[in-house]
Amino acid sequence: MYFHSVTLDRDRCKGCTNCIKRCPTEAIRVRDGKAKIIKEKCIDCGECVRVCPYHAKVVVTDDIGMMENYKYKIALPAPSLYGQFKDMTIGDILTSLQSCGFDEVFEVAYAADIVSYITRNIVKTKDYKRPIISSACPAIVRLIQQRFPSLMDNILDIMPPVEVAGKIARDEAKKKTGLKDEEIGVFFVSPCAAKVTSVKNPIGIEKSYINGVFSMRDVYSMILDKRKFVEKKIDHTSSMIGVGWANAGGESYGTSLENCLFVDGIQNVIGVLEDIELGKLDDIDFFEGLACVGGCVGGPLTVANNFVARNRIMKLKEKLNKDEATKKYIEVDFNEFMLNVKLKKSDVLNLDEDIDKAIDMMNSIDEIYKSLPGLDCGSCGSPGCRALAEDIVKGFASEYDCIFKLKDRIKILAEEINKLSIKIPPVIGSDKEVKP
Amino acid sequence: MKPYTMDFDVKARDFSSAGESSSKFRKTLLMLSIPSDIVRRASIAAYEAEMNIVIHSYGGKMHFEIYSDKIVIIAEDTGPGIKDLELAMKEGYSTAPKEVIEMGFGAGMGLPNMKRNADTMEIVNHDESGTKIVMTINF
Repeated sequence: MYFHSVTLDRDRCKGCTNCIKRCPTEAIRVRDGKAKIIKEKCIDCGECVRVCPYHAKVVVTDDIGMMENYKYKIALPAPSLYGQFKDMTIGDILTSLQSCGFDEVFEVAYAADIVSYITRNIVKTKDYKRPIISSACPAIVRLIQQRFPSLMDNILDIMPPVEVAGKIARDEAKKKTGLKDEEIGVFFVSPCAAKVTSVKNPIGIEKSYINGVFSMRDVYSMILDKRKFVEKKIDHTSSMIGVGWANAGGESYGTSLENCLFVDGIQNVIGVLEDIELGKLDDIDFFEGLACVGGCVGGPLTVANNFVARNRIMKLKEKLNKDEATKKYIEVDFNEFMLNVKLKKSDVLNLDEDIDKAIDMMNSIDEIYKSLPGLDCGSCGSPGCRALAEDIVKGFASEYDCIFKLKDRIKILAEEINKLSIKIPPVIGSDKEVKP
Repeated sequence: MKPYTMDFDVKARDFSSAGESSSKFRKTLLMLSIPSDIVRRASIAAYEAEMNIVIHSYGGKMHFEIYSDKIVIIAEDTGPGIKDLELAMKEGYSTAPKEVIEMGFGAGMGLPNMKRNADTMEIVNHDESGTKIVMTINF
């Protein structure tokens, strides 16, 4: 079964309609006083997590205690972790993180350096459809599968940095320790829900190299606790390019391609993907779309304000070299890091696989939609009148879920009742003539 | 079989809402299980036709008919028509006003793009009373 990281805390949910209206894929309905996530439609972007005033949308991550099931434990910090702390160098953060019970820390930023290096080289040799679309943000890849299937061929077929990091760290640890694969635990420290989901349901690869995903929030407080006691310093291996991936535009910068476009915030990304599909942006070489505002530093599992974090990342980058990191991997065979499972289009938007049936349904939706008030108030539990009409035709809702329709119907019935109530039976009051 | 139809008014020179009808049309095609390459081609053909109305006409209409085996797109406007059809079909030939070109529109690819993406394209009318173009895409 498909695993979703974004889930509902039923006790906290008040059944308000904030989330249903903000969900970019219309994947939430309110039923029986609680929000209900439609699993097939959810892309784990985390918008609802941010917008819920009652914090009823929770991102399910792995329990840190799961580390104990492994003999050798490796932490993979996302580059965005470096933007979370005030006055801490990357070395400080990595050292504190390792002291949280890990045997080793392997930077995802370092893997991002490698991905940038591969990208720079592969775009020269392979004939990609333009614009090449980044595969780094899993929420965007899922969005494309659902709403822009014709753009699936434009997606860059390189593994995202987190999987590259997982693979290298795992392989090196096996060599170094002689332990078996299942004795090595690789844990990603994630800024977002989409990455949690993509580890459980890999995109473009058979199986993830990661064993567990920890929330950046959980790890944040652990690092702060350890901070004072840190002695031995681990130095970072990543360059400014890899660290730059934390911010929107970082991946684009790393491609060295001339004409890149990066867009953050899921609604903005949807708009630009429409333009790409229309062929309006054929002059763009590379498109980096990120669901969160600011990029990964804006992820729903981060702690620091995304603008502050972005600024910190920029400051940290200034102190780093540009191309130090990948020297070791220049001889590596790229094929090891390529996606090898073809992406499938999602059919979740289809009303019916039979086009004639779908056309019939669409005509009924229009008919019902015309009779609705058009307020998009959400009181029916669907994100808007159009969505309610769809839900009715699909059989998930009724016309009288609309409170305005219900009120109108009650009014008609009340008038009818009123009319009946003033009618006097002939036995009591009618002086009507009686004809033979 | 009754087709699914959609109708939109398109305003002249209204660049802020230009492309809206094509965008709604595109989303509808996805819901109707139309194959993704057809969705792309139909969206491009519709968008270019809509933009032509925005750029060149005094206003017009977009009409869409979706059947189980084909899509018909009709773009109709009142306006100056197309004076030299042969030239207009040439890539890069544009009669768009300077200020429109400065906005990044009117690159002279409209009609050629429509022709490339539609299976048939018939220019029913292109005199001073206006332009009417009928496109079909089969699948």
